[in-house]
Amino acid sequence: MKVPFDKLDKAFENRVRLQIMSVLVANQRYDFNSLKELLDVTDGNLASHLKALEKEEYILVNKSFLGRKPNTNYEATAAGKQAFKNHLDALEKLISFQQNIK
Amino acid sequence: MENNEIQNDLASIRNLMERSSKFISLSGLSGVLAGVYALVGAALAYNLLYKGDWRIYIIPTESGFSLFNNSIVVQLLLIAAVVLVLSVGTGVYLSYKKAKRNGQPLLGRVSRELLFNMNVPLLAGGGLMLILLYRGYFGIIAPASLIFYGLALIGASNFTFTDVKFLGLCEVILGLLAACFPGYGLVFWALGFGVLHIVYGSVMYFKYDR
Repeated sequence: MKVPFDKLDKAFENRVRLQIMSVLVANQRYDFNSLKELLDVTDGNLASHLKALEKEEYILVNKSFLGRKPNTNYEATAAGKQAFKNHLDALEKLISFQQNIK
Repeated sequence: MENNEIQNDLASIRNLMERSSKFISLSGLSGVLAGVYALVGAALAYNLLYKGDWRIYIIPTESGFSLFNNSIVVQLLLIAAVVLVLSVGTGVYLSYKKAKRNGQPLLGRVSRELLFNMNVPLLAGGGLMLILLYRGYFGIIAPASLIFYGLALIGASNFTFTDVKFLGLCEVILGLLAACFPGYGLVFWALGFGVLHIVYGSVMYFKYDR
């Protein structure tokens, strides 16, 4: 039996990236500060993971100003949502696979 | 990848999807207490109105009548204001404590969304009721307050437990019934804001708070 490890998305290997993606799939868009508060991570950490997801074209970045404060919003792209779904399917398969060999 | 690790990943996804889009810190206990305050308020109002053979629908409207000089109306408004302040205060305080436990900010993105969706129908209804009250349509108070409150709850339910939607639907139905039976406004009001809140609050308490 083939172990379905290859189906797991490398971009989601990191826990924070997976968490960012789950928030963006559940919500139309989310801003940087709320994301930071929710995930309880530092500015730099969050920014680097967001950058990585942006590079994969899994998320879209939208910069705007609220008064004078910069307000950065993120939303998941269609490709990002599909990748997230595939990753979850792969995780599910992995679990049932591991339960079968027990 | 260990099985445990996958389970943790899936659990954290589930938790985040819920916490990022829904305010799950509404306190059930505060619903019960709000219901109790409403029933006490309704009892006080009943005493005030039905002493002797007095009915709110025959508040004298002789010339020079001014709504806010009428002592009964002022006392009723006072009771309503005290019930409102106590209910909102208890709700905010208990939800604050629960939010702290859940690690969710009381005034975050989700709760702001919730408040906005709730306050639009609430303020529209409140404004309409004040205008109609000023014109002497006292009968509108019970049905309109129930209907607009129900609509506010249905609007808010997208951002919190879906159970709130059912409470909202019940309030709207009760409001329409109240409009069909003029003269029993206080009874419907006590049912909607008192009894329904106590029932809903206890369900929420046993389902989520413990």
